[in-house]
Amino acid sequence: MLTPAEWEAIQLSLLIGLAAVAWILPPGIVIAWWLARFEFRGKALVDGLIHLPLVLPPVVVGYLLLVALGRQGVIGAWLYSALGVSLPFTWQGAAVASGVMAFPLLVRALRLSLEAVDPKLEAAARTLGAGRLRVFTTITLPLAVPGLLTGTMLAFARALSEFGATITFASNIPGETRTLPLALYTLIQSPGRESAAARLCVLAILIALVSLIASEWLARRTKQRVQERDAY
Amino acid sequence: MPTDRPSAAGLTLEVNQRLGAFHLGAALELPGAGVTGVFGPSGSGKTSLLRLVAGLERPTAGRIQLGERVLVDSATRVFVPAHQRRVGVVFQEARLFPHYRVRGNLTYAMPAHAAPRFDDIVELLGIGHLLERMPGALSGGEARRVAIGRALLSDPQLLLMDEPLTGLDGARKQELLRYIARLTRQVDIPVVYVSHDADEIAAIADHLVVMSAGRVVASDTLSALLQRLDLTQTLQAFEAASLLDAIVVDHDAAYGLTQVALDSGAPKDHARLSIPAPALDRGQRVRLHVKARDVSLSRSVEPATSELDTLPAVIEAMTCLAQTPHQVEIRLRVGTQTLRAQLSRKACDALALEESMAVTALIRRVTVSPI
Repeated sequence: MLTPAEWEAIQLSLLIGLAAVAWILPPGIVIAWWLARFEFRGKALVDGLIHLPLVLPPVVVGYLLLVALGRQGVIGAWLYSALGVSLPFTWQGAAVASGVMAFPLLVRALRLSLEAVDPKLEAAARTLGAGRLRVFTTITLPLAVPGLLTGTMLAFARALSEFGATITFASNIPGETRTLPLALYTLIQSPGRESAAARLCVLAILIALVSLIASEWLARRTKQRVQERDAY
Repeated sequence: MPTDRPSAAGLTLEVNQRLGAFHLGAALELPGAGVTGVFGPSGSGKTSLLRLVAGLERPTAGRIQLGERVLVDSATRVFVPAHQRRVGVVFQEARLFPHYRVRGNLTYAMPAHAAPRFDDIVELLGIGHLLERMPGALSGGEARRVAIGRALLSDPQLLLMDEPLTGLDGARKQELLRYIARLTRQVDIPVVYVSHDADEIAAIADHLVVMSAGRVVASDTLSALLQRLDLTQTLQAFEAASLLDAIVVDHDAAYGLTQVALDSGAPKDHARLSIPAPALDRGQRVRLHVKARDVSLSRSVEPATSELDTLPAVIEAMTCLAQTPHQVEIRLRVGTQTLRAQLSRKACDALALEESMAVTALIRRVTVSPI
């Protein structure tokens, strides 16, 4: 039913999307919590920096990543000499690029949810002997689960559809970084491949629909659980 | 009961805190056992004081010590964080964790050595049937009880209660107050009970701290403060009253009368009162609450008024307060205990009362609470 190339693109897209979400979740949670619970000088600057990928042209982000993480880049040179890791032109690099693009969406949703957690509950937990980490893992984060789910779904969707930063930083290599949007772009560029492009188009729509429905279902389930605990 | 714990110990504090225009400056020494009521109008600094002790706020300067443990000392830069203080707090709103069942809330902070007390505390608070419920499904009174249980099961060395009855209706209030009174007699840690309601405090406190505009106006045992004629105005919400310690000697089921003997120091001439009260066990210790306006005086030493209960007394002090010039505040000595009376000036003059005169106190109404 699907051609090997189509399969490859889908699998790569899912792999890169999942990897992107996986690596941005830990720093995303920490930074969202930091922004939600603390006032510090330069908070607006940090907030702005995190939101940059949302407003910059993705190509700019891809280019900046290349400058920073390329083999000649500031961090990239060290990564290569110390760990032998080279990110550009690899699927890991594509995951880094789409993760950076998805990061602001995750942080935004999570931060809103964390801010809605009543600090009085956290204070109560502290008087009960819970240290900062325990308060966060047992009270704050569980109560922010709706935001965590929304943020994760949004970030995953964003990572799946990421194009500009990925092609700039990780290029368009079949079987390595050619995700669904990149494969579609390649087909559109080649004359006489309209029907193949149309098939990918339909696939993209299907995947988007499935993830939408899945996220709706998840959201409804958590909402139900929240209502259950509020109304028994 | 864990035995590794140092014997219950009192709270000593001396703190200064500025919060905008509000200045809290308090120095206190509280007993290491029993219930201390902290009384004052809203905005008098009661809750700020409590938050300082709990470690939820830092004083601008000062020192807080619980028993031998220094919790805060601005001079030596000691500040024990809230979660290491072992100071349990019952907040105005129950603050239960909405994503844990009642059982999960109760055991959230329960150390292993406190686990054997779980069943006792659950029973004492009457929350056994609620264990598997989510907090959202509890009534206000039930939620408060769970919050009290949760704080107690964290095995604190001091329990702070911040207006735990706020927002409950009359009947629920009385019910919860009974639970709290029962519980505070059973735990062996000091309890600080913050309230702006004099009746609540009169019902359960042994020691009273009166706060006003960020400072401590008075701090002493409740009965001693209630005897202070000069504080009548400050404590007007309490209504001038006396607390007498007594012991049940008999109960007459036919008349529904309980006979109590006052502790007077000299066992043979115990002053006795017959009080309409529910059946109490012989030997049960009770606290009698007698409002000053329910006490009148007679000069005859052998009164024969059958409806009234009488006590032999000696007038210790008489004062006329500027705010109530037609009324005389009288402090009486009954054995080793003190009793207050309020008489109209006219009655006082008619009886030609004087200090150190022997009289008979006629008591119209008494409230009894077991201790």
